[in-house]
Amino acid sequence: MNSTLTANRHTGGAWTMGVLFALGAIVSLLWMAKAPSPEMGFHAFIFFAFFTLGCFALVKRQYDLAGAPAVPTADDDVGYMDGVIRAGAIASTFWGVVGFTVGLVIALQLAFPVLNFDLPWTNFGRLRPLHTSAVIFAFGGNILIMTSFHVVQRTCKARLAGGLAPWFVFWGYQLFIVLAATGYVLGITQGKEYAEPEWYVDLWLTIVWVVYLLVFLGTIWRRREPHIYVANWFYLAFILTIAMLHIVNNLSLPVSLAGAKSYSAFAGVQDALTQWWYGHNAVGFFLTAGFLAIMYYYIPKRAERPVYSYRLSIIHFWALIFLYIWAGPHHLHYTALPDWAQTLGMTFSIMLWMPSWGGMINGLMTLSGAWDKLRTDPVLRMLVTSVAFYGMSTFEGPVMSIKAVNGLSHYTDWTVGHVHSGALGWVGMVSFGALYCVVPILWNRERLYSLRLVGWHFWISTIGIVLYITSMWVSGILQGLMWRAYDTLGFLEYSFVETVEAMHPFYVIRALGGAVFVAGSLVMAYNLYRTMRGDLRDEAPFVGAPVRAPQQGAVAAGE
Amino acid sequence: MSLLNKHAIFEKNSILLCVGILITVAIGGLVEISPLFYLESTIEKVKGMRPYTPLELAGRNIYIREGCYNCHSQMVRPFRDEAERYGHYSLAAESMYDHPFQWGSKRTGPDLARVGGRYSDDWHVAHLVNPRSVVPESIMPGYPFLANKELKIDDMAGHLAANRGVGVPYTDEMIENAVLDAQVQTNPDADEVDAFMARYPKAQVRDFDGNPDKLTEMDAVVAYLQMLGTLVDFDLYAQDPALR
Repeated sequence: MNSTLTANRHTGGAWTMGVLFALGAIVSLLWMAKAPSPEMGFHAFIFFAFFTLGCFALVKRQYDLAGAPAVPTADDDVGYMDGVIRAGAIASTFWGVVGFTVGLVIALQLAFPVLNFDLPWTNFGRLRPLHTSAVIFAFGGNILIMTSFHVVQRTCKARLAGGLAPWFVFWGYQLFIVLAATGYVLGITQGKEYAEPEWYVDLWLTIVWVVYLLVFLGTIWRRREPHIYVANWFYLAFILTIAMLHIVNNLSLPVSLAGAKSYSAFAGVQDALTQWWYGHNAVGFFLTAGFLAIMYYYIPKRAERPVYSYRLSIIHFWALIFLYIWAGPHHLHYTALPDWAQTLGMTFSIMLWMPSWGGMINGLMTLSGAWDKLRTDPVLRMLVTSVAFYGMSTFEGPVMSIKAVNGLSHYTDWTVGHVHSGALGWVGMVSFGALYCVVPILWNRERLYSLRLVGWHFWISTIGIVLYITSMWVSGILQGLMWRAYDTLGFLEYSFVETVEAMHPFYVIRALGGAVFVAGSLVMAYNLYRTMRGDLRDEAPFVGAPVRAPQQGAVAAGE
Repeated sequence: MSLLNKHAIFEKNSILLCVGILITVAIGGLVEISPLFYLESTIEKVKGMRPYTPLELAGRNIYIREGCYNCHSQMVRPFRDEAERYGHYSLAAESMYDHPFQWGSKRTGPDLARVGGRYSDDWHVAHLVNPRSVVPESIMPGYPFLANKELKIDDMAGHLAANRGVGVPYTDEMIENAVLDAQVQTNPDADEVDAFMARYPKAQVRDFDGNPDKLTEMDAVVAYLQMLGTLVDFDLYAQDPALR
């Protein structure tokens, strides 16, 4: 056993990976030569650079290992594999700031159209997918991969499986992000919301995702606990379902093997429902199940209390994943989709309220007996607020899925506001909380650089979110009502562009809310950076805080 | 709660857990999506629908490339105000050749499902170059670069063939003539116009961007916009209220 471990340390699958990378480099070179458009050639070049740098990194690693003394190091096969999680924390923070900033830019474009600059690469139509992908897949995805690697190791008491595979998942995923992002700006898109990357980027993500699943499962197989912890059920559901959705929704036929353009395998109404089956469950499994896993690990850890109810977690887990899949048609109310499918989608969306709140209750009630910590620990406050936002948006969602409500809300900013109450309030806040938990642990710091700054971040973000959501509620409902308003003579009261004009003040307020939220994320980035450096801010503790810093408890419990 | 105690089976066996998850999440999609491939209401043919001409398809690809779907829907709902604002509600058949569909999810701008023929070509060109020159309150980005950029048509046959691969009934003849047809549609004086019109009934043949010397992306986009919603003749159905 010992000898295998040592052998593993020196190779870690490096040779296999090296050969595959070299092959990849050759294929991408050929591809670059055959590319029918400069944009495609650029993407082939990015692939080539990735594989070549990968080969260099592997060779360098072999030299370093050969030269290194046989003393176990932190990143050795002993203990937890934390390097890749540290990289994930940095990447999440970086992509978070980038994604929020692009969001601010496009919010400003809607308020002040001159900011489109009338160039292909800067217009709203190309930047909006850049924003959604950057926040969902780059920020959210990195958070999910990072926390899942952290949680699965801690709850299984096992090191990540697969040798270098977790690093492949990390870098492979970054490559996916760069390809997707540069593609949108250059005009490479499938034109399906939240599934814009073209066929070759989809294939690459599929490879990365399968390796991710294997690493995750392999780590579970190594566990030294008889039971698989509840957070890992959610991570597994997220990884498996996203694989299913991604593969089916992206089935398409490329025009040529060297070119970027492909045509979706489905058309019209079939394509529409497949897309929203995917789209809604990108919300349900990427932005919900995965982040519920975060809730199930970090809230109990931070509050130092057990999960409120084991039975509730079982019931709400299976109910949530079963019901979510059905809810897609509520994105297609009153369209050419058959009525029975719309009604089915609405019914399941309303039922979905129950398991969603089951999760919220389980998260909130975990604080039983520890509510006082909300006063003294802004990180816990952030986590708990995120769950409250989760409860709010999973109530709003079912309401909006009712056909009569949807007739008003659909196509308006109300939807945008709803999405952002979930995205900024739930996903954003729970991710910030997780980052604040993880960084001091992984960098072996006594505590965060500053808890006061976390408090600032909390309030700044909350104000930003409130500005955002309320302005979108007003503008959405206002525009929906204006579209259907009739004057006393029975004519439509407003032309379309009059309803656009009426949106202006709300677009300005929304952009302001976004700017405030971006500012909060910069505060976080600064705080995390100083924590990584090992600085401690000399500051007054929160009123009633225990003498020892709260993180110490978390660190001790986390090890 | 003896049933819940049995849950330990899943908690102790990761493969069972995976299988359980996959079965649970597969059901909803199977029940909702698969019928759409054989139900009459979703696969019926409607008179007038035909595949896009090569020029329209190229325009549609630019529409997708520029992300127009982020702000414009192409799906008129069966409401009184939408019928008055945009026209007859959309039928499933009207997007049967749309790979991918472009129904959209947001109307930052108006619905475009039936925009064809509502404005002149000149209006569209002026609007695309600088939206605020014709609609002062508009917040749409300008796309002046479309007017200068030459349309890439050398791979048109490949695009049609790929569409045929996913089910659009392009004939061999259409694929063979794809490049030529893209040029013919902007040149009413060409000899091949009749053959082109036979292949694509109701297609509009003219120079769309006001610049006959050059086949530009603007030609393609305007050709696409001007055909949206024009293929099905709803007057046929308007005669008999029972058919509405």
